Parts: sequence; C-alpha cells; structure tokens
Amino acid sequence: MDIVVENLTKKYGNQKAVDNISMKVATGEIVGFLGPNGAGKTTTMKIITCYIAADEGDVFIGGKSVRDNPVELKKYIGYLPENNPLYYEMPVIDYLEFCARLHGIEKSRVPNRVVDMIRITGLNSEKHKKIGELSKGFRQRVGLAQAMIHDPKILILDEPTSGLDPNQIVEIRKLIRDLGREKTVILSTHILPEVEATCDRIFIINKGRLVADGTAETLRKKAQGTDIVRVRIEDGNTDEIYKSLKNLKSVSMVEFADRNLNRFDVHCKSEEVKREIFSLCVGNNWVLTEMTPFETKLEDVFRELTMN
Amino acid sequence: MDKIWTITKRELSSFFDSLIAYIMIVLFLGFSGFFTWISGSDIFMSGQASLRPFFSIAYWTLFFFIPALTMRLLAEENKTGTIEMLLTKPVTDRQVIIGKYLATLILIAIALALTFPYVITVSKIGNIDGGAVFCGYLALLLISAAYAGIGLFTSSITNNQIVAFLSALFIGLFFHIIFQIISAGMKGLAGQILNTLSMTVHFDSLSRGVVDLKDIVYFASIAFLGLFLTEVSLAKRNAYN
Repeated sequence: MDIVVENLTKKYGNQKAVDNISMKVATGEIVGFLGPNGAGKTTTMKIITCYIAADEGDVFIGGKSVRDNPVELKKYIGYLPENNPLYYEMPVIDYLEFCARLHGIEKSRVPNRVVDMIRITGLNSEKHKKIGELSKGFRQRVGLAQAMIHDPKILILDEPTSGLDPNQIVEIRKLIRDLGREKTVILSTHILPEVEATCDRIFIINKGRLVADGTAETLRKKAQGTDIVRVRIEDGNTDEIYKSLKNLKSVSMVEFADRNLNRFDVHCKSEEVKREIFSLCVGNNWVLTEMTPFETKLEDVFRELTMN
Repeated sequence: MDKIWTITKRELSSFFDSLIAYIMIVLFLGFSGFFTWISGSDIFMSGQASLRPFFSIAYWTLFFFIPALTMRLLAEENKTGTIEMLLTKPVTDRQVIIGKYLATLILIAIALALTFPYVITVSKIGNIDGGAVFCGYLALLLISAAYAGIGLFTSSITNNQIVAFLSALFIGLFFHIIFQIISAGMKGLAGQILNTLSMTVHFDSLSRGVVDLKDIVYFASIAFLGLFLTEVSLAKRNAYN
C-alpha cells in the first residue's frame, strides 16, 4: 500500500508543527524521516496513523483518505509510537493477545500469531514476565511485536532505536529490515547511519517543512556539487605538484588539505581524473600514497539543511 | 462489540491484577457491613425486616468508591501515552470509552452481588419485601452508572489521577447532597429544578420500591452525559494536542 501525503498542515496554537508537507511513499519502500527535535516528524506520523486530525490537507493510504476511513485504514497500519508506551502491569503474552484481538484477528488464530511474534522478536525467555519488569531493549521488542502482530502492510516507527545500547540498536535494526520486507515502512530517527543502513529514501524536515527528499547518495551529491578526490603525492615539490594537478584536463579546482604532507583535495569534472593523476605521478616519478574519493557525510547534509 | 468486550476484559483483569478490585470490594463490604449490622442506625434498630439501612449506607460508600475506580481509567493512559497506542488500533474512541465504562459497572455489580448474604439473612429474620429489595439494588446500580459516567469524564480531562478523583467527587457532591440542601431553602421553579437534579430524591423514591420511568431516565441521562463529554474530551486532541 502506498502513502500519499498532500499539503498537510497542523497547528498547535499559533505554531505550525507541520507546514504544508507533501510526499509520496511507494509500496514496499523503506523511508527515513529525519529532522531536528520539534521539526514535526512525530506530528506527521500521528496524522498518518489517524491518531490526530490535520488542520488542512489529507493523507491517502492505498488511495483512501484517513479523514473518511480511519477505522478501516488503521487495520493496515502497525505503529510504534514515540517512547513506546505499553501497559507495564500486563504480562507480555496477555498484552500481545489484547493487541491481536483489537486488530480483529480471529480468536482461533490469536495464540499462533502471538507465538510467532514472540519467536520472531526473540522474546521467548521473557514472555511470562510483566512488561514493567523488562529491560528497555526487550520493551522495544514488545513494542515492535505489538506493531506487527496483525502483519500490517504499513509500518510506522517513531524513533524505534532511541535509548538503546549499540548492540540492541543493531539487533532492532536487523529486525526492522527483516520484518519490513514487502512492507511500506516509515521510520524516524536521529541516528543518521541508521537511515543510510536501512532506508531506500530519506525525507528531511525542518520547522514543519520538507527540505529534502531523495536517496542518501543524491542528497550527498546535491550538497557537495562536485566529486572530490583526496590525494597524497610524495617525493616532489609541493608547488610543482599543485600546479601540475591544476593543469589536468578534468580538474576544476585544487585545494590544500595538508600542505606539509602534500595532501590535496582535487575537485573534478569527470571520472577520468583518477587515471590522469596516476599518469601524472608516473610521468614525474612521484609516489602516489593516497587516493580516496571524498564523501560529504550525511551529518553535514543534515546540518546544512536544518541549521539557520 | 467484540472490540468493546476485549477492552472491557483488559480493564477488568487490570482491576484485579492491580488489587484495586479486591481492595474496593473488601472496603465496600467492610464499610457497608459495619454500618448495616453493627453500628449506628443499623438494621436491628428499625425493627423491620428491611434492607433500607443497607441501601442508604451503600449509597454513600459507592459515592466515594466509584471515583476511586474510575480515576485511573483514562488519566493513566493519558499520562503514560498508552492512549495513543490504544487509539491507533482499529477501534473508535467510543468503543474504548464504552469498554472501560462497562468494566467499571461489572466490577461494581460484582461488589453488589457479594452483599446478597445480607438479603438472605434479613429474609430469615422476618417477612422481607422482595420488590423493595430488587428496587434497592436497581437504584444502587443506577447511581453507580451515573457516577461512573462522571468519573470517566473527569478521568479523561487530566493525566493526574488525584485530580480526576477529586473533581469526580466535587461534581458528584452537587448531585449527592448540595442540590437537595439548596432546594430545601428555595421555593418556586428554581427550587423545583434543583430538587429534580438531586440524586438523593430520585434514589429515595426508587429504593422505597416505587419504579418510576422518570427516575430511570434521570440516572441514565447523567451517565449518558458523562460518556458524551468523555468522547468530546478525547476528541479534543485533534484541536490542541
């Protein structure tokens, strides 16, 4: 099922939490939602999951408006809210049964689904404990199990890995990727490598507005403009090397990265540049000890788009 | 209906798991039993085989205990955020409200059912009026329905259980005695209106054994108004938060 968000606006008092956001998420896509705290990620997710209504605009899930068919559409959505609220006094099994029943799973199929989810999320050793007795990582698994108990076509996860330790993050991320196959997934996070690792596409929002939309690669390219190669050339005169690099055909600009070590950042126009640098070094008997494509980090893209 | 029942069952088991149900039942039976059988104007003072002393005591104990039952129903969900998890499941606000309301009523009905030994005891002492006993229990159930409606509403407007409890008592107090006291000193239409709004007036006439549709409509409308306002208050998340 696809999700189409059209001109969504939501105000809290005078403040616009979401300001005219439009976006499309295709069936089966895993999409990352990035933005600083208070950018409007959670509000957008709350609207998509039919928890709150938008002031203007609409969301269409599989072509149906969330305004007109909330109860029907909620059946297709699995949602892990921010901070993962759970009934702490309930045992894990009872809680999952409760969620399964609310999702309208037939009574006879409920025990099977619950056992399946417990196995998939690795909760077997904890299944009889009360949720309040579990560690944060296990609670997060319960939250995921609850979101996926009805095998939804759409998964909306609001900061699924917040507050977990690095090992747990890797495990939960793997879970999301495994379970998210063939599902449309929207997840929000502050952890940028996570988005690169799990998502097909990235939306960056800032102050309620959508400021970027694309794959991690295209966003990086856009921020950086040209490709940069960092080279280190030894056994030669620094200024001479600098001049010869500048004169190469496919080079547009050369900067010193570290003058003492003869390191340069070479801005280039085409892929040919690596070969040209190599031939240049061979021709002059210089020694090429380093040549790495220089990537703008997603962090930099993020900072550039969301800082004022 | 299936979903309402799912929610009702969860609330009921949460009442029992958290011991609230047991404490409520023990206290209710303890208080009403003590004042019915041992102390004050008890059953032996009246010289009649009647349960009226019990009914008028239960009328007061329920007034205090129902807000204690309803205070956490929505306030706790608001506080922990589980309300968001619940309302993003394929249920309507109304199903959630009715489910929680039913759980409260069932728990009260269980507590009331446990006082049946009183009926048996009194019927052994003398000739008991079965109709009056039935009406008495009906009246207790109806005031419970009304107070549970008020309690559920005050629970929905806050995320603090104490606030929910006290505001339910505050609103309840008007129906319970204040309207009656004021109306006693007033004449004319205003006095009559206040008199009609007083829960005690309706409770007394019903528990005396007079089934009047007017009384039943009165209790049902308070309950309905409570539930309606709860729904409005839940829907407010769309406007502000």
